Amino acid sequence: MLPTPSTSHVDYDRIYEPAEDSYLLLDTLSSPSEVEFLSKQFPQSEIAPLVLEVGTGSGVVLAFVTGNAGHIFGRNDVATLGVDVNEFACEGTIQTVQGAVKDAAAASGNPGQFLECCKGDLTSAVKPQSIDVLIFNPPYVPTEHLPILTGMNYDSAMTSSQKFERDSHLLSLSYAGGADGMETTNRLLDELPVVLSHRGIGYVLLCAQNRPHDVIARIQAWTGDWTAEIVGSSGKKAGWEKLCILRIWRREPCP
Amino acid sequence: MKVLTLNFLTCARKTCKQNPAAFPLHPKEAELEQIETDINPLFIQNMLPRLDWEAMKTVTNELGLPNLPLETPTAEALVDESSGEPSQTLKDLHSLLMETSVASGKLVCANCGHEYAVKEGIANFLLPSHMV
Repeated sequence: MLPTPSTSHVDYDRIYEPAEDSYLLLDTLSSPSEVEFLSKQFPQSEIAPLVLEVGTGSGVVLAFVTGNAGHIFGRNDVATLGVDVNEFACEGTIQTVQGAVKDAAAASGNPGQFLECCKGDLTSAVKPQSIDVLIFNPPYVPTEHLPILTGMNYDSAMTSSQKFERDSHLLSLSYAGGADGMETTNRLLDELPVVLSHRGIGYVLLCAQNRPHDVIARIQAWTGDWTAEIVGSSGKKAGWEKLCILRIWRREPCP
Repeated sequence: MKVLTLNFLTCARKTCKQNPAAFPLHPKEAELEQIETDINPLFIQNMLPRLDWEAMKTVTNELGLPNLPLETPTAEALVDESSGEPSQTLKDLHSLLMETSVASGKLVCANCGHEYAVKEGIANFLLPSHMV
């Protein structure tokens, strides 16, 4: 059992609290089948892998991957990078990941190398073809409206009602997915073939209402031998929030 | 914002994506800080071959840091021949890539001129809605 990173410093009034979806990502990424897949995809003789988590929130997933890089990848020369639209989440993530790396080193673990958590929209600022593993726990809940990304005020000189409104908006960005809960995920999926390297893999979490099997069919129709498979799932069968994780990759890594 | 990270970031505007001038972003009015971290020789060795070395040289030069070698150092250059310990080249690269950070300042796209702010080490790549 690998340690779960501590997020006790994170303010859950404005940052998504680690929940069933976060823990499903941790379990899936460290499962024997994914560990085997990742060590084959990134053999130790090849260049250092670069991991990007989009929408880090508390940072629990990125911290887990960084702190346990040696276990998950079979190597510790792994660089990790995060991006979140919420400035508080960026600050929280940095603290969470640094804590996990420190704990791992103290427990004679084998942590990777954390680079950064930037504020931004999905992969917009990431160099094309540079990411080897992209992890995304999206805002997947179907909602009538999609909250806007910009215009948040981070000034400390605000009334408490202004702060409350801003914090509610930040929280809504972490779960509200618009039509079918897929509006943000669809934008990310469009970016995947651009941002992933020739050996790149995407891990994207979906709920049943996102219609995972339709998403898989769409990915398999992309040009360039792409495929997707459900590699982890959880949740009550009758419950509306049955979750799964898609692994998205090229069957034959392009040269 | 570590110097290494600048090798993986570009201008966030869609219209800049296909333009080579959008990479690397150019630091401006940068305040640097040095944050000590444990050296991981294997990481440096396996990271070097994937770096855009021209971009590394441009950015280090613009930050006023010591000049990098003309070409990416080879794996042999990272080990001290007689002792088998990390060479000075490896230590210097660790210090530059992993310990040297932009604490505050701006990152400028040479294509569109947009300036991304860096505050308390965190870069902001969110664009105002009219620029997306």
